[in-house]
Amino acid sequence: MNAKKELQVSAIENGTVIDHIPAEYLFQVINILGLDNCDNSVTFGNNLESKILGKKAIIKIAEKFFEDDEINKISLIAPHAKLNIIKNYQVVEKKIVESPDKVIGIAKCMNPKCITNVEAVTTRFKVIEKTPITLKCHYCEKITDHKHIEII
Amino acid sequence: MDNKSLVSIDDYTKEEILEVLARAAEFEKNPNCNLLEGKVVASLFFEPSTRTRLSFETAISRMGGKIVGFTDSSSSSVTKGETLKDTTKMVSNYCDLVVMRHPIEGSARYASEVSDVPVINAGDGANQHPTQTMLDLYSIYKTQGTLENLNIFMVGDLKYGRTVHSLLMAMSHFNPTFHFIAPKELEIPLAYKIFMNKNNIKYHEHTEFNDIINDADILYMTRVQRERFADPLEYEKVKNVYILKNDMLENTRDNLRILHPLPRVNEIAVDVDENPKAYYFQQALNGVYARQAIIAKALDL
Ligand SMILES: [Zn+2]
Repeated sequence: MNAKKELQVSAIENGTVIDHIPAEYLFQVINILGLDNCDNSVTFGNNLESKILGKKAIIKIAEKFFEDDEINKISLIAPHAKLNIIKNYQVVEKKIVESPDKVIGIAKCMNPKCITNVEAVTTRFKVIEKTPITLKCHYCEKITDHKHIEII
Repeated sequence: MDNKSLVSIDDYTKEEILEVLARAAEFEKNPNCNLLEGKVVASLFFEPSTRTRLSFETAISRMGGKIVGFTDSSSSSVTKGETLKDTTKMVSNYCDLVVMRHPIEGSARYASEVSDVPVINAGDGANQHPTQTMLDLYSIYKTQGTLENLNIFMVGDLKYGRTVHSLLMAMSHFNPTFHFIAPKELEIPLAYKIFMNKNNIKYHEHTEFNDIINDADILYMTRVQRERFADPLEYEKVKNVYILKNDMLENTRDNLRILHPLPRVNEIAVDVDENPKAYYFQQALNGVYARQAIIAKALDL
């Protein structure tokens, strides 16, 4: 049955399928993972039905296998995302996205008086709570909670 | 990034805090020396703070150092739109140490990363003011003979007061019992309660300012400011509640000392000044010795 579901977009021979992305964040996920600048064949589907998310998106990237710290960057906006690693049209491994310990250059500090919102400074956060994800700014030391996380 | 910088009080370990306090005591005995001879310290005050600046400049002068810099940003290139990065880079080429006061939070951490020389944070907006914390610690250490196992009472604005938060973090190394006395609107923020719970630090919260202070070793007073209240009526209700008067000290401990980061407005009645338990003026003088010790540590002297 699983294999059939994957066909909602189109099957790939080898690569990675990222499932359960909130539909509204599809393009941000593409951005964070740099898929807009890669040579691999990338297909995606959006606004698919999902029991957990309402509307979800799926991305399939041929011939691409992510390092954990690379993929974990998307946990900020897609905490429920699941990865299917495909080899020879078969799902050989499933992974869930985990929150990283540090977040660099992805999120915006919610403190308007923070130097990162005044000058061109790359944001840096420590993840102090994983669920729900809570960030502490390396610069102003203020907390940005999951409700206020804004992706740059 | 230069790890000799002092940006946040958390940059110091417990051992480093004790090392700096011991050094401050040496500077108190012999404030004049030539440790900074031939050295140039840049004093960059992007917003005016006469009290802090004079304390730093006194510390540097007593150590034989030279000072360059500015006392507020209106007289500097900042008004011409130069970035903090560029100002810091340029100045750090000229000098051996940067002392920086800036209204933007996180500016000191950022400056410490772009500077080639150590940066001492003299206050970055509502965030950190670690040299104030070190002078508070030195005052506690001097008057109590120890930092361990003390009853620390903090009174007034515990929500926005950065000196309160930094002192809380620093004292956490020394098994304190905290009592927080504040109106509901200005209570200690949740993040600090979580921190204390996680680290098994004893604390009690009160809204009434009364004879519970009889158990105090340290009474740390802060100002309750009108502009912190969304509802002016709430301010009117509490504005006279958190004022320390001399008769409240009658049954307090002999070793009690009253601290205040200054400037005070009316939260300590003038009749307290003559009480031997009032320590806030000496506390300010301790700032010079604490800053001498911090500068010496930053430069490995
Ligand atoms: Zn920040």
